[in-house]
Amino acid sequence: MSTNLAKRGDWVQVQLNVLSPEERSPYLPEDTKKVPLQMRVKGFLVDEIASLGATVRIKTTTDRIISGILIDINPKYTHNFGEPVPELINAGVELRKLMEEIDRCDGPEGDGK
Amino acid sequence: MTSMRDDSYDAVMARRNEIMKNAVGIDYEKFIIEGIAFDYEKMMKEVGYSIDEVREIQAETCVGNTPLVELKNINRLIKKLAAKGKGARIFLKDEAANPSGSFKDRRAAVSVYRAKKMGYKGVIAATSGNYGAAVASQAAKRGLKCIIVQECYDSHWRGQPEILEKGRACEAYGAEVVQLTVGPELFYYTLLLLEQTGYFNASLYSPYAIAGIETLGYEIAHQMTELTGRYPDAVIVTHAGGGLITGTARGLKKAGGTETKIIGASVDLRGLHMASDEAFNKKYFTTGHTGFGIPFAVFPDRSDVPKNAARPLRYMDRYVLVAQGEVFYVTEMLAQLEGLQRGPAGNTSLTAAIALALEMDEDQTIVVNETEYTGAGKLPSAQLTFAKQMGMVVKRGDPIKEDIPGKVIAIPQHPSQIGVIEFPVSDMKKSYLKELIKRENRDEFNDNEMEFLQEDLNATKEEIEKWISEVRGE
Repeated sequence: MSTNLAKRGDWVQVQLNVLSPEERSPYLPEDTKKVPLQMRVKGFLVDEIASLGATVRIKTTTDRIISGILIDINPKYTHNFGEPVPELINAGVELRKLMEEIDRCDGPEGDGK
Repeated sequence: MTSMRDDSYDAVMARRNEIMKNAVGIDYEKFIIEGIAFDYEKMMKEVGYSIDEVREIQAETCVGNTPLVELKNINRLIKKLAAKGKGARIFLKDEAANPSGSFKDRRAAVSVYRAKKMGYKGVIAATSGNYGAAVASQAAKRGLKCIIVQECYDSHWRGQPEILEKGRACEAYGAEVVQLTVGPELFYYTLLLLEQTGYFNASLYSPYAIAGIETLGYEIAHQMTELTGRYPDAVIVTHAGGGLITGTARGLKKAGGTETKIIGASVDLRGLHMASDEAFNKKYFTTGHTGFGIPFAVFPDRSDVPKNAARPLRYMDRYVLVAQGEVFYVTEMLAQLEGLQRGPAGNTSLTAAIALALEMDEDQTIVVNETEYTGAGKLPSAQLTFAKQMGMVVKRGDPIKEDIPGKVIAIPQHPSQIGVIEFPVSDMKKSYLKELIKRENRDEFNDNEMEFLQEDLNATKEEIEKWISEVRGE
């Protein structure tokens, strides 16, 4: 994100409280009871111009108008493939070796049974 | 525009029946027989579609007719590990070949078709699973608007990578994705959205959704007959909300496979509270686990429709649990030995299949009824990296003996360590009755209700009476 300013029509993300802790369902574990139910949603900025942290209105792809705090402009996906996991890499190597041993005993196509 | 409606939690929940009725277009009242008894088969017949109709609907959007393949290398490995005369052959139904990458397209295809036909302008689904992308994809194809509501973050805005990926997929199909923090009020917000938009509730649990899965069981019966000359001895199904097992079993039976054993498998996450903000990111499988599997089996009508069409205890012959570490290991095995890179969650049933193949006879066959797509967020490397960040111990070890949900993930040191934990189906049937007695505040049921319970639990009157008296004595 190169700027903290969004202008009308920009693709942005807002955040809002849906239920405060006291408005929440009575059937919650203690840790969840203490925090509000919050949401994030993306859409196009309706206001002329706004900076991060401001309360803005957006229009979602289903044309809903939602009011919330502007938290990101042109939000990118941040989930990824993770780091190499040695425990799994080793497992893969071992399994291939096991198959090579089976190939040596049975021939590459097995005994066909 | 200001609304005069009271949108507080209590007020919306009080309107739930009316909202759901408008949003699914089904009058569930007409299937009620008396008290807790309702006519399930009548509901499935009148509201659902026949297999042929569903196949036509699904063919229009490229859903179904997925390949079924024998896992020949894994089967050779199993033969090496098995005792003499043991080692059943495993076949895999490659559901990742569906348009959005999972069997959920079958469910979504019929729901969205129905929504379009009934004149709804859009569809809404509450799901943190692959179903979101499936509904979004089908809605795109049929020109409907779509909102997917996910439970996605803990209160520190740490998102579950697998759910974030599913959100991305939904957005790729043009859906609006509402991402919520942890809590069962996901249902409250979904009701509010249904009321505000007038969209169709593409529930995972409607008769349409379940009819959509029947083609999966039907295809398995036909493909296995073609490949091996007979029906499979067992079909292993990853079990979460109960739809996959219900639909697969119904389709299989409709195609004549009445003797095939239906085995459910879930990842063991017992001890982790599903609505806990803290426990939320200590789970590295987001749906096919005990947190859904057990509660939905013992009380199917906890879902977002008045009468759930997914009723797993009618069909489940056996239920087994697997550990997270062995599912990641088997995912690696599927990629390395069979050249199939698929999402780990769908391999829950494959993991169980490997363990069960070792105890079954060598002339028997097992079908694993699904795979799912994989990628960023979903891969074992993504989930295990996240698990380590959340303080989990990831180690090599015996997956059954050393696994501790929320603390330790043990990746097997050898394929012979792949095993299952038996969870007696009769225990779930008894829990079903225990919860029913608690909800109803009575332990006497009339003849119609007893008949319904026999069907819903696939049990005899004597068994039910025995369990009820055991509950009374507790």
